[in-house]
Amino acid sequence: MKVSLEWLRELVDIDRSVAELAETLTRGGIEVEDVENLNKGFEKVVIGEIVSLTKHPDADRLWVCVVNVGQEVVTIVTGAQNLLVGDRIPVALVGSTLPNELSIRKSKLRGVVSQGMLCSREELLLDATVGLDRSAEGILVLPHEAPIGENFGKYLGREDSVLDLELYPNRPDCLAMVNVAREVASLTGKKPHLSKWTEQNQVLSLPTASDLRIIIENEELCWRYAGLVVEDVRIAPSPEWMQRRLKAAGVRPINNIVDITNYCMLEMGQPLHAFDRDKISGDVHVRAAFPGEKVVTLDGIERTLQIDTLLIADDCQPLAVAGVMGGLDSEITKDTKRLMIESAHFSGVSVRRTSRRLGLRSEASNRFEKGIDVYGIVATLGRVCDLLLELGAGRPVALVDVVKNLPAQRQVSLSVEHTSTVLGAELEMAEIRQVLEDLNFKYQEQDGQFEVGIPSYRSDITIEEDLMEEVARLIGYDRIPTTLPQGDLTQGSRTPEQEFRRRLRRAFAQSGMDEVITYTFTRAEADAQWGSAKHSIPLLNPLREELGVMRTSLVPGLLDVAARNVTRRTMNVSIFEIGNTYWGEEQPLQKLPREELRVAGVAVGKNGRHWQNQLVNYDFYYLKGILDRVALEFGLKLEYRPAENQVLLHPGRSADVYLQNQCVGFLGEMHPSLEKTWGLERVVVFELEFAALLARMRQTVRAHSIPRFPGIQRDLAVVVAKDTPAEAVLSKMRKLGGELLQQVEIFDVYRGNPIPDDRKSLAFALRYQSLERTLTDEEVNLLNSRILEGIQQEFGAEWRK
Amino acid sequence: MAELAKLGWYRESRLSSLSGDGRLFLWYQSASISFGWVPMDYERVVYLKSEIQRIGEETLRELKELDRQDALQELKVKVLGKKGSLTALLRQMGGLSPEERPMMGQVVNDMRSCLEKAWEERGVELDILALQKRLTTERIDITLPGTCVSRGHHHPLTQVIEEIEDIFLGMGFQIAEGPEIETDYYNFEALNLPKEHPAREMQDSFYITEEILLRTQTSPVQIRTMERLYPALPVKIIAPGKVYRNDDDATHSPMFHQVEGLVVDRGIRMSDLKGILLNFSRQMFGESREIRLRPSFFPFTEPSAEVDVSCMLCGGAGCRLCKGSGWIEILGSGMVHPRVLEMGGYNPQDVTGFAFGMGVERIAMLKFGIEDMRLLFDNDLRFLQQF
Ligand SMILES: [Zn+2]
Repeated sequence: MKVSLEWLRELVDIDRSVAELAETLTRGGIEVEDVENLNKGFEKVVIGEIVSLTKHPDADRLWVCVVNVGQEVVTIVTGAQNLLVGDRIPVALVGSTLPNELSIRKSKLRGVVSQGMLCSREELLLDATVGLDRSAEGILVLPHEAPIGENFGKYLGREDSVLDLELYPNRPDCLAMVNVAREVASLTGKKPHLSKWTEQNQVLSLPTASDLRIIIENEELCWRYAGLVVEDVRIAPSPEWMQRRLKAAGVRPINNIVDITNYCMLEMGQPLHAFDRDKISGDVHVRAAFPGEKVVTLDGIERTLQIDTLLIADDCQPLAVAGVMGGLDSEITKDTKRLMIESAHFSGVSVRRTSRRLGLRSEASNRFEKGIDVYGIVATLGRVCDLLLELGAGRPVALVDVVKNLPAQRQVSLSVEHTSTVLGAELEMAEIRQVLEDLNFKYQEQDGQFEVGIPSYRSDITIEEDLMEEVARLIGYDRIPTTLPQGDLTQGSRTPEQEFRRRLRRAFAQSGMDEVITYTFTRAEADAQWGSAKHSIPLLNPLREELGVMRTSLVPGLLDVAARNVTRRTMNVSIFEIGNTYWGEEQPLQKLPREELRVAGVAVGKNGRHWQNQLVNYDFYYLKGILDRVALEFGLKLEYRPAENQVLLHPGRSADVYLQNQCVGFLGEMHPSLEKTWGLERVVVFELEFAALLARMRQTVRAHSIPRFPGIQRDLAVVVAKDTPAEAVLSKMRKLGGELLQQVEIFDVYRGNPIPDDRKSLAFALRYQSLERTLTDEEVNLLNSRILEGIQQEFGAEWRK
Repeated sequence: MAELAKLGWYRESRLSSLSGDGRLFLWYQSASISFGWVPMDYERVVYLKSEIQRIGEETLRELKELDRQDALQELKVKVLGKKGSLTALLRQMGGLSPEERPMMGQVVNDMRSCLEKAWEERGVELDILALQKRLTTERIDITLPGTCVSRGHHHPLTQVIEEIEDIFLGMGFQIAEGPEIETDYYNFEALNLPKEHPAREMQDSFYITEEILLRTQTSPVQIRTMERLYPALPVKIIAPGKVYRNDDDATHSPMFHQVEGLVVDRGIRMSDLKGILLNFSRQMFGESREIRLRPSFFPFTEPSAEVDVSCMLCGGAGCRLCKGSGWIEILGSGMVHPRVLEMGGYNPQDVTGFAFGMGVERIAMLKFGIEDMRLLFDNDLRFLQQF
């Protein structure tokens, strides 16, 4: 809502500056988003009179003007050729910044001091309606009545500020100037001057029209409909003051009748519509549209209506879409002689639905949607009458007011004690009384209890808490002290799942991976590829098509991030995300889907080059190492088996990840055939189910004792077929070594000369140790050779001495 | 005596040229005392004494020249070992009278301990020299980068959420969660936003079906938590999580994060809300922060308040960040609407509560000076690795 300060001053006394008023309103709950100074650029532009005009001594085309600007006389050099002595012209004094951003400074033009600038229309961003015709050739020349020394903005009627109110949905009443005035009055302890704006107006003394019948056929959607009949209509432009106020409110002036309806709407919050009375045949009906019924609206478009659209119609045809837009046929024209001006209630829900459907939203529909004051319907017509007569635009002759449903007048109780308790502030009876007085609410008072009559325009106040807010905002929220809850002490805590998630995130980050957060909606195809098309949930109204389904896998999002970073020349990408995937069990959804937390990672490139470190390729083993390290932190041991999904993953470089014989995810290099789609080469991905990890996580640590007896170390290198899994050899060795083989690790893998192409060398470090005694060399040698024999038999391994 | 004196003088002068420590001078004194009172085979004694003297001198000289600990050890064996030169002298004492022998033995032993002491000292000297040498040669370029210990980064939003969680955990709050895909009932209706309520327009939602949508706020967790905990008191939770609105520009993202807070108990006051939020603001934005409440509107709170915190950049004087006002809006809050308490199962006659909700992105942007919200979801590693 744009509120002209000049207009507001007519309705209430304002005792503070614009900035202070804006602050008062904002702190009182009516947020002022912006204050627009309409005079901006004209602050130091005044009207001057040219006293003398002489040629510049050193320049043919320049004139030296002596100008009387009221308080003083200044010398200004100009290049304009359209001036005469005695002309009244706008003078930008030194220090002005004009609407076109030009700053005026004291200057010297060829040796003559110039103390300002004479302005043209262009410099002031004005159109040809301002000034004499002569102005087109240079400096704007004003009529001779223009008062010397007056601020030019004031002369143009621009000396006004507009407050832009950002209204919450509970305060639609402030879409009316009178209610803004009431609000200002409440917050500043003043009384508004609103005597002209009540139903006690001469309208009530108008006769009921004998020839106009209004029939409300749908009482649910239209509670009250009033029509004002106007004769002797003379269509003309509205007066300058009205146009100025409309423009300040952001409404374009059209003609006196339309302007009056708009003006009264802005003032009273009640939308109005003027019909050409002579184009209404028979009665006025408020009814739902017939199936397939059409109407041509004011914008000339023929619209087919849904059957739940509320219409204003006569006996023959639709006249208007109720609350949304008038019809072209009943529009007023320059020849209109008689009017019916509509002031009515229409259901907000109905208007919203219709205006959305037709794509027509206006100041009027906005007010209906948020709810209008049914009690103000006829009062608004009273204001219309005033203005019609004042402007000589027509003569009100009759009024029809059909009331089907008046909301009950509300009484809300307010207890001083309860209010004090809820706010935590000690309030006195007198304070609350003062608040109710300031709000201009009627009340009765008994034993610390107020029975408050809520005015019809304050539809937001229905319960005691609503009144508490009124009290709080009028006494000021600063009156509420700062305390802490008095109840029992509570222990703050995370659930085990939350704790695990946090630790898991830390573990991945500590392993060198960067955490990312991606959108949970993604492209349908990509999600189908990595997740499950059967389960993914489409959005009805996605922001963009590529954000169309809820993900069932984190991988596509991570691949997108990796690709984006590689495109931007970040060559080492190692990222992970812990986030939900969403699994619908049926299409369309009947119940809430399963939200399954996953952890996934993507790595591509190699670690950054460093003078000391070796380059590490981000390959299968890199991510495997990280997974194992992270798993270890939670006492988990992951197993890797050849991957089942070889469509997405490189068949030779991928694994399914198992935890206690349950598959919990996968790890692998992306299939080379997908590399082009993603614009990534040699990218490794993993995705694991969070819940599976959480369920198997070690809960407590049981300490083992440290062996007291020395261990014996043996290295063993063997050559095996190149496809033999190292893990198979390792587990065979563990089996053969029994308890005494305390640890066995692989420390070298080698292929190449002199090993044949189809074989590889594996080197193991074995550590033998007993908890009970010191082992002898002999028994270790024996055990070691038994292990060697065993793997020789099982894998055809050759001992490499 | 005169000879001895001469010898003594002579030795003295030799000694002075050997070392400044007078070690042998001491030995000479002890030797002359021994010989001064006992009759002996003068020639032999003189010979042995001069041998001892010679070995002592030579050893000391060599000792001076040695510069390695192992060579020092070698020389020790050569002189003092079982087959060492000084030990050999002891064997030659067989010809001396039984009276002279212990005296001579004493002389050798004195020399021995004198030399051992010299060895020890030379050893220390050599250690010092070696250390000095090591210190002068072992110089590195301390400006080269340190060994690279790779470290990943937490997303700034995660960091902010965890920080918020920690602050509220410290004030005795539990952390609750709820589904991101919600029913219309929990997201709107139970929060006092019936269908067709104009306030629904404030939030453009992503729908899945007419009744199921991506939650537009974390507030549904209020209802779910009350349903779960009823009739327990107090209810004291925060609920962080993802929320969704159909909006995308520099200050809006279609997916973003909120942290909801809810406290329900007997006698909860609006002043308590103020206290908790002041505490939070100071921990989050600095000890000297102040907060102020402004009337506002949320369908599920009454009275409602917008909470501003004094600007963390200018401290309230007014700057670009706070647009000159000195205050920055950080969250919405209010007393839980009686109808919402009822929806959660609690009786508004018995209990009251407050609730608040804050945008994590906004706080992250304020905290880290991020201008465009989209950066938080673009996941450019050059951006993320700053945190
Ligand atoms: Zn500031």
